[in-house]
Amino acid sequence: MARILTRRKLLTGFAAASLLAGCDSPHPVSLFLKGMLRVNEHFESLIFSPTRLAPESPEKDLTPERAFPSYFIADTMPFPPAGWSLKVGGMVARPGVFTLAQLKAMPRTDMRVRHHCVEGWSAVAAWHGLRLSELARAAGIDSRVRYVEFRSFDANYWSSWDLGSALHPQTLLAYGMNGHDLHPDHGAPVRVYSAVKLGYKNVKYLTEVNFLSNRTGGYWEDQGYDWFGGV
Amino acid sequence: MRSSAARKTTPIDEAVGDPRFWGRRIQPLTIRLNHWMNVLFIVLMTGSGLEIFAAYPSLGPQGAKYAWYPWQGVAPPSWLTIGGWLAGGRHWHFAIAWFLVLNGLIYLAYFFGRGEWRRRLFLPARDARNALWMFGYYLRVLKTPPPAGFYNGLQRFAYSSVVIVVTLQVLSGLAIYKPVQLHWLLRLFGGYDVARVVHLFGLVFIAMFVVTHIVLVLLHPRELLAMITGGKRG
Repeated sequence: MARILTRRKLLTGFAAASLLAGCDSPHPVSLFLKGMLRVNEHFESLIFSPTRLAPESPEKDLTPERAFPSYFIADTMPFPPAGWSLKVGGMVARPGVFTLAQLKAMPRTDMRVRHHCVEGWSAVAAWHGLRLSELARAAGIDSRVRYVEFRSFDANYWSSWDLGSALHPQTLLAYGMNGHDLHPDHGAPVRVYSAVKLGYKNVKYLTEVNFLSNRTGGYWEDQGYDWFGGV
Repeated sequence: MRSSAARKTTPIDEAVGDPRFWGRRIQPLTIRLNHWMNVLFIVLMTGSGLEIFAAYPSLGPQGAKYAWYPWQGVAPPSWLTIGGWLAGGRHWHFAIAWFLVLNGLIYLAYFFGRGEWRRRLFLPARDARNALWMFGYYLRVLKTPPPAGFYNGLQRFAYSSVVIVVTLQVLSGLAIYKPVQLHWLLRLFGGYDVARVVHLFGLVFIAMFVVTHIVLVLLHPRELLAMITGGKRG
């Protein structure tokens, strides 16, 4: 949800940030950076449009799949537990579980977009899945929902999102990549894939989607990476 | 117009006798503050930018890195980086960026609002010949320096181009910061990985400018003094 950034808020942010820089804290620098992190989060949500689409990449820009880096945090490649299903919960009218077959039966979306990693590299792949907004509709989300939390079986890797980015038409629960089922290195059986977030926000090896009214953190976010992580 | 007749010889001197600047110091307070803030901001932006670059010290997308770039995978030395790790580098970079932009906007407002552009901006018709002459003098090809007014043509060229390059740094930086939300801007640069190249080469240009600037200022310490005290009034 794009929040409105007034000039007053922005100036207060600058003023707060510069005041913090000079105050008698044991970590004045980190307080300054925290203040500016808030300013930047306002900026990110201000320029985020829930309807602006990332351009489709031409087929010739496709990255060879072996050159598309894939990360997980567990010591070994995570494989789905037997009888895997996706748990959908939080403030929804119809909490429950979805099997892969049920997810595949929902309206399918295909897109070929550029991936932006926080490290600075980009790569292009085609993704196949259902829009998260379809799942939100199926589950019946409450009007108080503002955030969405994604959890995984990759050593409990997780991330929480603003609702606007989660319901963006290019935010998918992807079960396919480049015309085939998702491979384990890219998050099989189902992962989050969005054209409007940095890579670390796109939780692979998905187990849970929770629609929440409160904001939570994430694996990298709790260690200091920016929470919004939009592109 | 005092002694305007004597100025006819070289067009470069026109800016010196300009009554607009009577009573104004060579380096007015706004410009001095701006300059020294920029020193701080450019150091912080460079260090934090190199920290970010170290996370993927390559150019070009995955699977199609640019063949012309000879230093693929070569990270900048850690003593040049600020922030400690990628997240820290990003925090510094995106925090200081706003102050750099604010400082730049104040500079440009002063530059155009108070007419400073008349004595600082590189205007090819006035400055190109003088700049080449000065360049020839530095290369020891020409024996005498060109007549100089407020600045010589080469100074105007250098200072004006660094303003343009910093502006390009801000724009290319915004484009790679928000490649989807600002994809109209990204398209102007030719896409994500090209904009990243522009951003890195902008840094190389600024670094070369800074090194040259420091060498020349050490050779002409009076200019450094003027940037501290303001120098004499016109």
